[in-house]
Amino acid sequence: MKYVTEFRDSDLARRLIERIHEAARKPVRLMEFCGGHTVTIFRYGIRKVLPPGIEMVSGPGCPVCVTANADLDRAIALARLPKVILTTFGDMFKVPGSCGSLQEAHAQGADVRMVYSPLDALRIARENPDRMVIFLGIGFETTAPTVAASILEAEKSGLENYFVQSMHKVCPPALKALADSGEVRLNGLICPGHVSAITGSQAWVPFARDYGLSCVVSGFEPLDVLQTVLMLVRQVEEGRSEVEIAYRRGVTFEGNAHARRILDEVFEPCDADWRGFGVIPGSGLKPGKRFERFDAAEVFDVDAGPVVEPVGCQCGAVLRGVVSPAECPLFRTVCTPETPVGPCMVSSEGSCSTWYQYGGGLEV
Amino acid sequence: MKSDGMVLMAHGSGGKMARDLVEKVLVKALSNPMLELLDDSATVQFSGRLAFTTDSYVVRPIFFPGGDIGRLAVCGTVNDLAMVGAKPLYISLAFILEEGLPLAELEQVVRSIRQAADEAGVHIVTGDTKVVNRGAADRLFVNTAGVGMVPEGVHVSGSNARPGDAVILSGTIGDHGIAVLSRREGLSFDTELVSDVAPLAGMVAQMLEACPAIRAMRDPTRGGLASTLNEIAERSRVCIRLQERAIPVRDAVRGACEMLGFDPLYVANEGKLVAIVPAADSDRVVAVMRAHPYGRDAAIVGEVAEGPAGRVLLSTAVGATRVVDMLTGDLLPRIC
Repeated sequence: MKYVTEFRDSDLARRLIERIHEAARKPVRLMEFCGGHTVTIFRYGIRKVLPPGIEMVSGPGCPVCVTANADLDRAIALARLPKVILTTFGDMFKVPGSCGSLQEAHAQGADVRMVYSPLDALRIARENPDRMVIFLGIGFETTAPTVAASILEAEKSGLENYFVQSMHKVCPPALKALADSGEVRLNGLICPGHVSAITGSQAWVPFARDYGLSCVVSGFEPLDVLQTVLMLVRQVEEGRSEVEIAYRRGVTFEGNAHARRILDEVFEPCDADWRGFGVIPGSGLKPGKRFERFDAAEVFDVDAGPVVEPVGCQCGAVLRGVVSPAECPLFRTVCTPETPVGPCMVSSEGSCSTWYQYGGGLEV
Repeated sequence: MKSDGMVLMAHGSGGKMARDLVEKVLVKALSNPMLELLDDSATVQFSGRLAFTTDSYVVRPIFFPGGDIGRLAVCGTVNDLAMVGAKPLYISLAFILEEGLPLAELEQVVRSIRQAADEAGVHIVTGDTKVVNRGAADRLFVNTAGVGMVPEGVHVSGSNARPGDAVILSGTIGDHGIAVLSRREGLSFDTELVSDVAPLAGMVAQMLEACPAIRAMRDPTRGGLASTLNEIAERSRVCIRLQERAIPVRDAVRGACEMLGFDPLYVANEGKLVAIVPAADSDRVVAVMRAHPYGRDAAIVGEVAEGPAGRVLLSTAVGATRVVDMLTGDLLPRIC
């Protein structure tokens, strides 16, 4: 299959692994920022085939996981409003907030519907003119443009019952917070592929220049990740910290200017609360002045109750790359995908759920 | 009975309209001497070891590429019987109908039940119909129960897998789950993919003829191949080792899974089986399966090992080994 099977070829993989082993001399610590990369790394067992000197750390790049409890609580409170249809991506359905989840609200009668695209939410709004349809806007630079497009479309078609609760976040400020904290010492960064398709690899230049981090943008197939690790190891060995692209079929230096124009037209930067990090200035996106009437945060006044953080949950530290999921005392004992304590065990791209699903820490 | 009509509460009342529905829609399409008696119970001749199973079907949408809820309700029960080596014989059929369901849709489902039953060589011998208020059911729900006869000398069970056995898969995985999802409200996408829903008893009979010592069989329905193999590994106290490259997956399924964030190992099938057979017989069984229309892509995908007991392991494309766990929760499409 074009663009999928070629990137899962085992002979090519073996050759790349050999070259990584030849190139790696110094110990290096690399972080994959994006949850999609974490899934590839565990699904194909990539950590197990790398030389022992290469340490991989999972980062905060899972939009569901970094959503703060206060935001989750607000989403659940919105879902419980009369005459509201809350539409959401599937990942959010089961994430526990301070008190319950969207799934539980749905079981108690709230009209929560899973959609694959905000355009489906628009359709639901058109088909239900007597209801208020709120789309839960979760995601990074990758998803935000489609949500922005849905707001433009709602404006154009005069739709009055469509709203977006924007919890969108942008990646570079979080990465900066991570680098500034000095909690995790890193040599290199596996830069997010889909985010970079929008931002361009230019977004990572400050991290290479100011923080001395070797940066390579990676795709999501096993060969992409192996190629990226090889490029990072070579940079570290040669003392370079540059931004390179191993995902040329998806990413350019400039990125997708059209998508960014739509983002800039609809959204404006705001402060956002990240689980594990707290409020990071300028790391969120909210609808700008012209689009206030579509902004659920402006239109709906709900009391979501007090925020309660789950006791013992290490999701925050996992997201900062400070502990691995297996180091959390709740992992696999109290906290499982059936009974998740924190969001990293729920989202399909959360570190804890990925470790759990692919047997991280188990005997093979 | 007007076929442009719809199901009304009165169709479940036990009165004349209910009798009309049973006689003119159901019995007419499903006719056989045992059903036509319309006694309170069907009576059938039987001797030997009996296999008995039941399942309920609530798929949404009820019509999907490659099948519908009717074909599913027959094939699911036929396959459950076949997975213990039984020859399926008689099926019961119970409907819960939502008020307002177009009769034409019910008729289409019943026709497809007849077709699947004929193909599987089973008779619908008894049934029931209830009607519930609009909103109390999603169009129509079906329950089928089935009985079959287990031939002498056949002992197929999920607890029989032994170290050294071969793991055979009858074909590509994930076709049904992705085909149904492609038509689901809010998620629809274009694909040429059709559900694999099919009755497997005919192929199973030929497999048992070629190798009466088949140890275990399962149809990897909800939860997919991963969950099915975990159940066998757990119940047989063995380890199952899979080769990722040997597992057949259609490009369309692989592509859709990439888009939705699914792993084909967890996606439902309705016309596939996995068989654990002694290694010495494995090539013969695969050859028989490949000669059958429902086993054309059959392949040996792994082997049974001693330990770690209860665990399923997968050799990946990069040459690493990882754990394949049961499906946890539902498959929910991801964000990005």
